[in-house]
Amino acid sequence: MKKIKKIKIKVNGKILLIVDKITLAELISNLQIPLRKVALELNREIIDKKKIKKLKLKNNDVIEIVHFIGGG
Amino acid sequence: MKDNLVVAKKKFNSRLIVGTGKYKNMSECAKAIKLSGADIVTVAVRRVNISNKKKPLLMDYLDPKKITYLPNTAGCFTSDDALRTLRLAREIGGWKLVKLEVLGDKKNLFPDMIETLKSTEVLTKEGFSVMVYCNDDPLMAKRLENVGASAIMPLAAPIGSGLGILNKVNIKIIRKQTKLPLIIDAGIGQASDATIAMELGCDGVLVNTAIAKAKKPFEMAKAFKNAVIAGRMSYLSGRIEKSLMGNPTSPIKGII
Repeated sequence: MKKIKKIKIKVNGKILLIVDKITLAELISNLQIPLRKVALELNREIIDKKKIKKLKLKNNDVIEIVHFIGGG
Repeated sequence: MKDNLVVAKKKFNSRLIVGTGKYKNMSECAKAIKLSGADIVTVAVRRVNISNKKKPLLMDYLDPKKITYLPNTAGCFTSDDALRTLRLAREIGGWKLVKLEVLGDKKNLFPDMIETLKSTEVLTKEGFSVMVYCNDDPLMAKRLENVGASAIMPLAAPIGSGLGILNKVNIKIIRKQTKLPLIIDAGIGQASDATIAMELGCDGVLVNTAIAKAKKPFEMAKAFKNAVIAGRMSYLSGRIEKSLMGNPTSPIKGII
């Protein structure tokens, strides 16, 4: 059986092992995050949410997913 | 004519802006905000909790279509962090009206005005309408105006301190020199502080802790709603001159 290649990424400060060649859109959907209510950053660059279906993740990518919370 | 608060050409009915932090839970927050009558709420940008998906979301309790979200950079200590936060906030759903807050000291939470000024200039050039938390310093307020701020938001006292307006003279001077919306931000402790801010000629007041941490937040929210209205009406009505000596209320003529 062929071994599935995994890559290491960091999401909101947490290290995750994911299947290679997964897209950012697939990651967001796997994490069950409502895309409409968040903003995304990949390696310190803001990502246009319309383009995430074509965005394949690479080893050592750093992703930030943010939303609005209560604050003054 | 309706006496609206106008910021960056947008009209708001209420002159009270409230924060959404420090409440016991989301439903208490939503109810207090409703009772306060505020049209604008400040919100913070933070990481989504990726391990606990059941955590309630602010947007489920406060509909951004019904109330204006004002993304804030609370907790940012550098211009870079503040810019990053607000660019992300805009990305969530097109928010251009934002509140900039760049702090300089972890204890007194005073704003770092050099970083604040720098950030205001960059954000304005990027098309943001920036409401700027600042010191009660007329010269700095002027410089913020010169680089394109949409509103000047001087502190009454340190954030969360509840000390009320400490320097009324400076607030009056800032009021005199600017036509921009002037909104007191931070340090308000009780409803009468908001009235005083409005009587000094401010266009609005931003309150969070004084409502959220009151023993009865719902009642305090209503008190602030009325205090801001009272202060505004008092300001527009034109107060009497102050005099050192007494001035009888009843006519002297005809005394028996």
